[in-house]
Amino acid sequence: MKSWPLYEVFIRSKAGLHHKHAGSLHAADAQMAIENARDVYCRRNEGASIWVVLSSDIIANNPQENEELFDPAEDKIYRHPTFYHVPEGVKHL
Amino acid sequence: MNVIDIETGFQEKIDKEIRIEPRDWMPDNYRQTLIRQIGQHAHSEIVGMLPEGNWITRAPSLKRKVALLAKVQDEAGHGLYLYSAAETLGADRDQMVEELHSGKAKYSSIFNYPALTWADMGAIGWLVDGAAIQNQIPLCRCSYGPYGRAMVRICKEESFHQRQGFEIMHVLCTGTPVQKALAQDALNRFWWPSLMMFGPPDSESTHSEQSKKWGIKRFSNDELRQRFVDMIAPQADHLGITIPDPDLKWNEEEQHYEYGAIDWVEFWQVVKGNGPCNKERMEARVKAWEDGAWVREAALAYSEKNSNHSMSKSKAI
Repeated sequence: MKSWPLYEVFIRSKAGLHHKHAGSLHAADAQMAIENARDVYCRRNEGASIWVVLSSDIIANNPQENEELFDPAEDKIYRHPTFYHVPEGVKHL
Repeated sequence: MNVIDIETGFQEKIDKEIRIEPRDWMPDNYRQTLIRQIGQHAHSEIVGMLPEGNWITRAPSLKRKVALLAKVQDEAGHGLYLYSAAETLGADRDQMVEELHSGKAKYSSIFNYPALTWADMGAIGWLVDGAAIQNQIPLCRCSYGPYGRAMVRICKEESFHQRQGFEIMHVLCTGTPVQKALAQDALNRFWWPSLMMFGPPDSESTHSEQSKKWGIKRFSNDELRQRFVDMIAPQADHLGITIPDPDLKWNEEEQHYEYGAIDWVEFWQVVKGNGPCNKERMEARVKAWEDGAWVREAALAYSEKNSNHSMSKSKAI
C-alpha cells in the first residue's frame, strides 16, 4: 500500500513570533497534517498558528557548496557596528 | 578531497561540537548506528504505551485517569518525534514498523514485564521514566541535530511522567498497610528490570566506544546506571519502602551507592524474546497495525478524490 506523504510542520508559538520548524509527520492530506500537528506538537499550548508543507516541496541549498554560498559574507567586517570608531564621550551612537 | 579527508573533517566537526544535520556528509556507519538507535528508541515509546494503556480504564480516580491518558498520549508523540528524526537519515517509516513487528528491531526490554497492579503505574512512572530521563538528558546534546532536538522536546515532557509516578507511590505509601504493600511489591518487581534498562555492563557493551567518539553517547551504561541508583535510593527511603537488593549500601568514600549483581542471563533472555510479555506486546502492535490498515487506505483514497476538487485549504500568506 502507498504510504501517507511526509509533511514538515512549522509552529508560531504566540502572536508576534516567527513560525519555527517543529518537526515532521505523515498525513493523508494537508488538513489531516494540521490536525495531527496539533496533537503531536501542540499538546501544551505551544501553538498559535500552524503551517504544514509537503517535505518534497521544500527546496534547500546543497550543504556541500556551503563555502561558496556563504563565503561573500565572511570578510565584510564593515557591516558590523563594532568596525567603526566612536570618540570617547560621544553618546547615543 | 578524498574519503579520508572527508572522514577527518567529519570527526573534527564532532570534536568541535558542531552538530551534524540531515544533508551533511556522514560515514555510513554513523548513519546506520543512528537509524538503529533512534528506531529502537521510537519503538520503545510505542510499545511502552501498552502496559499503561491497559490501566487507563481501571485508574482509581478521574485525576489519575486524565494523567495516565496524557502520559500515554505523550509516549505516542515521543515515538513520532523519533520516527521522523530517523526518517531524516533516509529510514523508511513503514520499513521501521515492519522491522519492529518481525522482531528484527528491538525495543526496551522493560516493556516485556507485565503491569499487574495499580501500583505498577506508580513504579513505572517513578523508575522506568526515571531511568529513561537519565538516558535521555545527555542525548539532548547528541551530535546529530534532529535526534538532539527531538530529545529536548521529549525531556521537557517526560518530567511530568516521573513526578506523577512518584506521587502515585507516595499516596500508596502513606495509605493503608495494604496500599503500602502494593507499592513495595511493585518496587520489588520493577527494580532489577529498571537497572537493566541501561543496557549491558561497559565490559560487554559492543557499541559504546564508537558512539562516544561520534558524540552520540556521552556517558557509559554503567555511569548512567550509577546515577540512577544514586537518585532513586534516597527517594525509596523517603517513601519508606525497601529496594530489593541486600547489597545496596552507601559508600561514604566514593559518595555513591553500591549495588548487587544484576542477572544478565535474565536480561538477554528478555532481549531475545523470552520475557513474560514479548509475545503479547508484539501481537497487540501487529493487531493494531493490521486493524488500522483500512483506515489508512480510506484516508488516502479520500485525499486523492478531494485533490481533484478545489480544496478548501487556507493559504499561509
